[in-house]
Amino acid sequence: MLNQSNLIYRYDGSFDGLLCCVFESYDKKEIPMDILLTDTPQTMLFHTKEIMTDSLKSNRVLSSIPRKMGIDALDFVRHAFLTCLTQKELYILLFLRMGYRYGPSVMNMLTDNVVNILFKAVKHLEKESHLLKGFLRFSIFNNILVAEIEPKNYVLPMMTQHFCERYPEERFLIYDKTHSMALVYQPYQPTVIPIDDLELPEPNEEEQSYQELWRLFYDTIEVQGRHNPECRMSQMPKRYWKYMTEFGCPQKKPLLKLENSSANRTGEYY
Amino acid sequence: MDVFDKLKILTDAAKYDVACTSSGVNKKAAAGGIGSAAASGICHSFSADGRCISLLKVLMTNVCAYDCKYCINRRSNDTPRASFTPRELAELTINFYRRNYIEGLFLSSGVMKSPDYTCEQMIEVLRILREEYRFSGYIHAKAIPGTDSTLIAHLGMLADRMSVNIELPSQGSLQMLAPDKSKHSIFAPMGYIQNRIQENSTDIIKYRHAPKFVPAGQSTQMIIGATPDTDFQILNLTEGLYKKYKLKRVFFSAYMPVTENSLLPTIDTKPPLLREHRLYQADWLLRFYGFKASELLDQHHQSFNPYIDPKCNWALNHMEFFPMNVNRAPYSDLLRVPGIGVNSAKRIVIARRTATLNFDGLKKLGVVLKRAQYFITCGGKAMDSLKITQDAVLRSLMSEKILSIYHRDFPLGPKSKQLSLFEQPLMIQPNLTQEGIGKCLTSQI
Ligand code: SF4
Repeated sequence: MLNQSNLIYRYDGSFDGLLCCVFESYDKKEIPMDILLTDTPQTMLFHTKEIMTDSLKSNRVLSSIPRKMGIDALDFVRHAFLTCLTQKELYILLFLRMGYRYGPSVMNMLTDNVVNILFKAVKHLEKESHLLKGFLRFSIFNNILVAEIEPKNYVLPMMTQHFCERYPEERFLIYDKTHSMALVYQPYQPTVIPIDDLELPEPNEEEQSYQELWRLFYDTIEVQGRHNPECRMSQMPKRYWKYMTEFGCPQKKPLLKLENSSANRTGEYY
Repeated sequence: MDVFDKLKILTDAAKYDVACTSSGVNKKAAAGGIGSAAASGICHSFSADGRCISLLKVLMTNVCAYDCKYCINRRSNDTPRASFTPRELAELTINFYRRNYIEGLFLSSGVMKSPDYTCEQMIEVLRILREEYRFSGYIHAKAIPGTDSTLIAHLGMLADRMSVNIELPSQGSLQMLAPDKSKHSIFAPMGYIQNRIQENSTDIIKYRHAPKFVPAGQSTQMIIGATPDTDFQILNLTEGLYKKYKLKRVFFSAYMPVTENSLLPTIDTKPPLLREHRLYQADWLLRFYGFKASELLDQHHQSFNPYIDPKCNWALNHMEFFPMNVNRAPYSDLLRVPGIGVNSAKRIVIARRTATLNFDGLKKLGVVLKRAQYFITCGGKAMDSLKITQDAVLRSLMSEKILSIYHRDFPLGPKSKQLSLFEQPLMIQPNLTQEGIGKCLTSQI
């Protein structure tokens, strides 16, 4: 087995595509030094191989994973693929190679570097999607629930079931700005679609009153004698605040326009 | 009065209740309905005091016929009063819920007219939510002491969790500060709820679709620091409640002075937050770490050590238990090591199936070596860089904040008696090590 220090795979960014990289690695008995997306710029220094996605190959790899290392390992790898870990593709390939070698016990090898790094990345993904199940805020436009999030990991697939079970009769949309994707649901059909931008209309009066009521509740529920902003910050890092109703409002756009025109600054939204 | 004013008054009046979890039950929306619940609970926000906001926590009304001395809603207090109508509150809940502000409703109340009348109002809110909106989200309802048991039974069929607050940890304190309540009026509904939960669980085995009674169990709350009750008494009571009434949670609430009364701490008293924190740590040890209350405190040690957390304190007083070989020790023993928590103990048990663990590996598993280093060995060896100087040990076992308080209470200096043991850095032989650490801390604290 050769570690090719100057070999780079490029794939189309799909999970199947990555499995084809695994296939290639076994077929050619080689381990690339990195796996990149097809559209990343080429450099002359490395030998680059384009890996075509071929469902025949990816299916072979896919069905071998539960057989060789258990269904948990497959779930784990699927989750790992959603994380924001740099070089996640390479780590997944290395993990699967270990899995073929050691079998299901690869899931116990928590102190191994590859396994450990992937485990931490998956924990981070799980934590972020758990937090967002709570921190995400819908605004209602024409009886459609709309939310915007900016997660580090690609959390939409981790949240689909939760929100579908919560609001089976509603129509809702969750826009992931980081990954330009949206979860769109209408009874009883969830779909995930690519989406570039989201322009929201002005919320109507009813929507505004409920946002106000929520801010009122949020400000009142604090016990001032226990004021502890550091604790709040560690439980709910600031990067989540941007889209949360209690810290201003999701319809920043019209308000920002107001500010630009330097008309009456109410300061209300801070 | 509009709903804004009511929400403000009735949130303000409810906020001293600390329970806000939405945990203990898994559910998804019924056909044509709305709402689900996750057993782990979901926090939707954190208020500026750092507490989780999971439920819309409000009172039905802050009108109260009782006169509990520690409570802002007591009859004799001059404060604005308001009441929600059941429909108002149900609509507010659903509208907050649709926007994903909350996991559900936490409904408590002052005693309006009578406990029974109050309970009927609460039942009506829950009925509208469950029947008209087909709401399956989380509902926590408070049982008002003195309510008729048929009403409690009805409320319990609609709620996920119920609680009866003990508030004051002893009969004496209760008599003095909550003259309208008695030990009986608190424990009777608690016992009743416990019996119904038990009966219901056998019903569910018999008839799979038997409606569920309080499926997320019951909890209670105690006020800390309003009365002379000690940590020892409180912790024993807590343990008893878990055993006897199978409570899911006991919450502690540091007393926040809301009124001047000769029977209570003065109005400028700071809430005993550290004490509350220690009680929660100990409560955690009872529920997840296999500790007994009697291991943590006893007749002669009625208060928690302010500088060292209860687990560390236990370890320092039981150095004969250590050093522990992490590659061999059973799970239940690993849990006793400061710096090893439930998660890292589980990971240790998994990881050592395929590899012998060293200190580097433990770090990867999330063990806090800074603390654990004094209590463990890997492959028969202690950690290489292990230094046992007073400063190093204190730094390792105390948080920075606590350490600064410690230094304030025991100032450093040539004349300081506490320091005499440590003027020279001590490098103790491995077999003496454990004893050394024990001495070095317990002797001073
Ligand atoms: S019964 Fe409850 S609301 Fe009324 S005074 Fe006592 S503690 Fe306060």
